Amino acid sequence: MTVLERFLKGDVRALSRIVSYVENRENGYQDLLGRLYEYAGHSLRIGLTGPPGAGKSTLVNGLTRMFLADGKKVGMIAVDPTSPFTGGALLGDRVRVQDLPMDGSAYFRSMATRGASGGLASATNNVAVVYDAFGFDVTLIETVGVGQVELDVIDSCDTVVVVIVPESGDAVQTFKAGLMEIADIFCINKADRPGADRLAADLKQMLDTRRTIEGAWPIPILSTQATNRGNIDKLYQQVAEHVAFCRKSGRFEKHRHTQLRKKILAILKNRFQQEFIDSLADESELDAAVQTIVDGESNPYAVGDLLYRRFSR
Amino acid sequence: MEKKIRVLLAKPGLDGHDRGIKVIAAALRDAGMEVIYTGLRQTPPMIVDAAMQEDVDAIGVSILSGAHMTLFPAILDEMKSKGVADMFLFGGGIIPDDDKEELEQLGVAKVFTPGAPTEEVIQFLRRAVAERRRDEQIM
Repeated sequence: MTVLERFLKGDVRALSRIVSYVENRENGYQDLLGRLYEYAGHSLRIGLTGPPGAGKSTLVNGLTRMFLADGKKVGMIAVDPTSPFTGGALLGDRVRVQDLPMDGSAYFRSMATRGASGGLASATNNVAVVYDAFGFDVTLIETVGVGQVELDVIDSCDTVVVVIVPESGDAVQTFKAGLMEIADIFCINKADRPGADRLAADLKQMLDTRRTIEGAWPIPILSTQATNRGNIDKLYQQVAEHVAFCRKSGRFEKHRHTQLRKKILAILKNRFQQEFIDSLADESELDAAVQTIVDGESNPYAVGDLLYRRFSR
Repeated sequence: MEKKIRVLLAKPGLDGHDRGIKVIAAALRDAGMEVIYTGLRQTPPMIVDAAMQEDVDAIGVSILSGAHMTLFPAILDEMKSKGVADMFLFGGGIIPDDDKEELEQLGVAKVFTPGAPTEEVIQFLRRAVAERRRDEQIM
């Protein structure tokens, strides 16, 4: 039996192999994903993002338990950084997600960013498709600890929870662009620490001053204490409400449509890029072009133009 | 893309001395491997279940409690019953030579004892993983 056949019969080992296969971009992974898309399209994707140590993994644990109690099958993807120096990674999110049932209803996979810089690994999206095809009702995606601009999670999820902590900053931080703009739900974790109320007030003020669009989702601000499951039930409820709201308003399909558009463009971009690089006879050609710039005979734009024109001919 | 070596590191049983395993985790990370660190108080079923989900090449455990003759075989049994023959188990700790020999005969790929240089662990893993990797028919 092939790995795919075992996968379609619900074999967890085969699922793990296929996740690796997709993650490693082994020969033919695109064809495999093509097959898997036939079985996908049912899974909800919930993203959790925020700074390092905010409690994302512990919240993933808490949410997973709620979904399981509701009879759902849950797949989790947790991303941690790859070293830019050695290519190695220490993937430690699993430490916070222990004692889940081992009956196949919950599946957790750690992924390293492997060079991607948007807060997810470049294969995270594809692994979510694998999960979907395997039959998980919900996929929880946890980003690396982010700063303000790693926002890939919005292209991978239906609902984004931004997790911050009382130490995350003052009112000015809440008004900045980037991370603060992508939340469908704000979650102030470690809410027993001083400053949590202040931060909630700052966030509320920031949201109040936003230009309101009629019929838009009213972004909730929640306070949680993930380690003792404080208010996890409220977070769970808000996630469910957000999904219901999006489905009813048509935003859900619209959002997925946008994501697929981006996906197609990204596939094309990669392909053109690869084709272009393959068209260069070898690396020395680029080095020679650099030399012409160093010698003052040309400039980067002129070189780019020349190479492009030769390629497109 | 070059296939990364993935290793799951765990502390089975109740012993909380995790400095050794953290040194190994950092060394393997710096050697370019992906290390899935699961931390303390892991049971054999938890370890093997995690290894299956993470699709690792190897499982590494650190045991300083003296319970190695119980825990290593329990993990090997679990690996057998879950059918993960293509993964291998290695470990380290304060383990007498006689026990080390017996464990390696039982199927632990390698047991490291105090004083083993991290480079030795890295070289062992690279070699052992290269020997065992095989291609499967995916579709």
